[in-house]
Amino acid sequence: MATQIKAGTNAATADAATQLDIYRRMSLIQQNDEAARKVVRSGRLMMPYYSPRGQECIPSAVSANLNDDDQICTIYRGTHDMLAKGVPLDVLWAEMAGKVTGTCKGKGGPMHITHPASGAILTTGIVGSSMPIANGLAWAHKLDGSRRVVIAYFGDGASNIGAFHESLNLASVWKLPVIFVCQNNRYAEHTKYEAATAVDQISKRAISYTMPGVTVDGNDPLAVYAAANEAVTRARDGEGPTLIEAVTFRFFGHVFGDDDAYMDKAEKAAAMDKDPVPLFRAKLIAEGIATEEQLAEIEAKLAVDIESAVQFALSSDMPPPEELTRDVFAEEIA
Amino acid sequence: MANRSKITIIQAINEAIAQAMAADDKILVLGEDVADREGGGVVGVTRGLSTRFGDDRVRSTPIAEQAIMGAAIGAAINGYKPVAEIMLMNFTTVAMDMIVNHAAKLRYMSGGQTTVPIVIRMMTGAGIASGGQHSDFLEAWFAHTAGIKVVAPTNAADAKGLMLSAIADPDPVMFIECSRAYGNSCEVPEVGEPIPIGKASVVQEGTDVTIVSYSEIFQRAIAAAKELEKDGVSVELIDLRTIAPWDRETVIASVRKTGRAVIAHEAVRQFGVGAEIAATLQEDLWGELKAPVKRLGAPYTSVPFSQGLEPLFIVSVQQIVEAARATIGTAAAPVAMGIN
Repeated sequence: MATQIKAGTNAATADAATQLDIYRRMSLIQQNDEAARKVVRSGRLMMPYYSPRGQECIPSAVSANLNDDDQICTIYRGTHDMLAKGVPLDVLWAEMAGKVTGTCKGKGGPMHITHPASGAILTTGIVGSSMPIANGLAWAHKLDGSRRVVIAYFGDGASNIGAFHESLNLASVWKLPVIFVCQNNRYAEHTKYEAATAVDQISKRAISYTMPGVTVDGNDPLAVYAAANEAVTRARDGEGPTLIEAVTFRFFGHVFGDDDAYMDKAEKAAAMDKDPVPLFRAKLIAEGIATEEQLAEIEAKLAVDIESAVQFALSSDMPPPEELTRDVFAEEIA
Repeated sequence: MANRSKITIIQAINEAIAQAMAADDKILVLGEDVADREGGGVVGVTRGLSTRFGDDRVRSTPIAEQAIMGAAIGAAINGYKPVAEIMLMNFTTVAMDMIVNHAAKLRYMSGGQTTVPIVIRMMTGAGIASGGQHSDFLEAWFAHTAGIKVVAPTNAADAKGLMLSAIADPDPVMFIECSRAYGNSCEVPEVGEPIPIGKASVVQEGTDVTIVSYSEIFQRAIAAAKELEKDGVSVELIDLRTIAPWDRETVIASVRKTGRAVIAHEAVRQFGVGAEIAATLQEDLWGELKAPVKRLGAPYTSVPFSQGLEPLFIVSVQQIVEAARATIGTAAAPVAMGIN
């Protein structure tokens, strides 16, 4: 019988400063999502918006283990991953608005944010496609002899796609410094987890690829931090990839504006009752890691930054017409 | 080796990759069976490279085309220059997401921040009894995708020069090798010189009709030109060499001179590269053309296995001769131009 390689035995714990840092990122994501839904709802911006609300904890706790030059590959539901990794708000918003001041001069949009300076190297709109490319990025780090690592974020639905299996296999055979972080939000687009996935825990799929696999509560910052810490350490030490399944819940449907009719109302209500952001906030205060005033001050500053970024985006210019045919190739095309 | 003899296309591509790898340690090779332990490629194109440059730089992969392409794309974004082998062109179909949605688009979608300088090598072609899933020329698919260059050399010298340019190129290049032409040899410079991508070769100048072709079918165009010469027909022969971006200037200048054009390729004629060239010629040379532009390609079928059928699938020398004659009104009889 196959034995699962266990993760979770050598993990570091997040100290007080790290916990506060994780909360700052979570609040940023939560408030940014609020602003994004408001802007879309008001019609001030036309964009496909895949809300990450409810999933704030995962990239916040993962990123607390990363350096600026570590890289992430994320997907269309990825603004939380980008913000947690440090993509600046103003250029992120300008890109979501399709403005020339955006990360990609407005040519990528919310599903294709790229900001190499902060390590957000790829955002794909194709389910499953973050993983094969994360391998290549990690292969380069390994060839360089560096200790840089790559995080491939994806959802539970993507674990049913061939690219997932091809990628985990290659990463294991080549011992690549990549961490596969599955944000299991219980729904693949409109389809409930159990209806489309033949295994009760995605982490079990790691067994087939002889890599450590671990399922954690994706809404528990300390659990995610510990699992990521161990995986990142393994990767930096040249010991190869890890699969982390972080179980969470998606508050606002697949794409913003859908009616959620396919979601179990009681399940959703229960999940929203356990909103990870206020829960972690209360914990930090209860444990004396931060005061109410400190957190309120952090939150207020983030709110100002977000509002400023929205204004920057809305007031920026559209890309000029010559951008239409630029960047197809290195040289200009006729 | 001052007196070295002719070398094959296989050897020419091997020499080009080796020359590039020796000059730049960022160049990598990956793909199924490419390392020497696995035979240096199923037909030996990469033979010797892993022994010479090491297993870190020349890596055999699982049979997993998405993983191969993803590894190539990611390494390229981070500063390496991978030459990825997808073995057979039909196998690109299982990696189309990586090639079309990612390799081709990342420069554009990132506003020029991330670039994908990779070479995707693959062989293909009918005529060796490989049947419907190992033989297709799919160059039109990729030529239709903004952000990918497509190269299809005809002979060993061009294969070497074009491979050097493909490796040096800052963008993804599909490098199409014709299986049945692999053994064709010619004189090839020992130290290769890059042949520019996007530049056609006027192999023979002529005045009556321009024949445009590429890959192994161009060898048939050469034979057709010799046949036509016997009738006193002067043929201008253009080897396109690069399909995307194709050399409009050279082709248009030639057809402006001759007033007549025949385009011949192995791929299915319908919606093929010939259609793009013919449409461009009528747009740019309307009123100067002396005859309708002729297109030759495969009939609208899969590649058949039977030796009773497969030879009928590939454009023949005789078809090219007859199409050229038709443009100048010297056809002996009505010409059958294909089933489509």
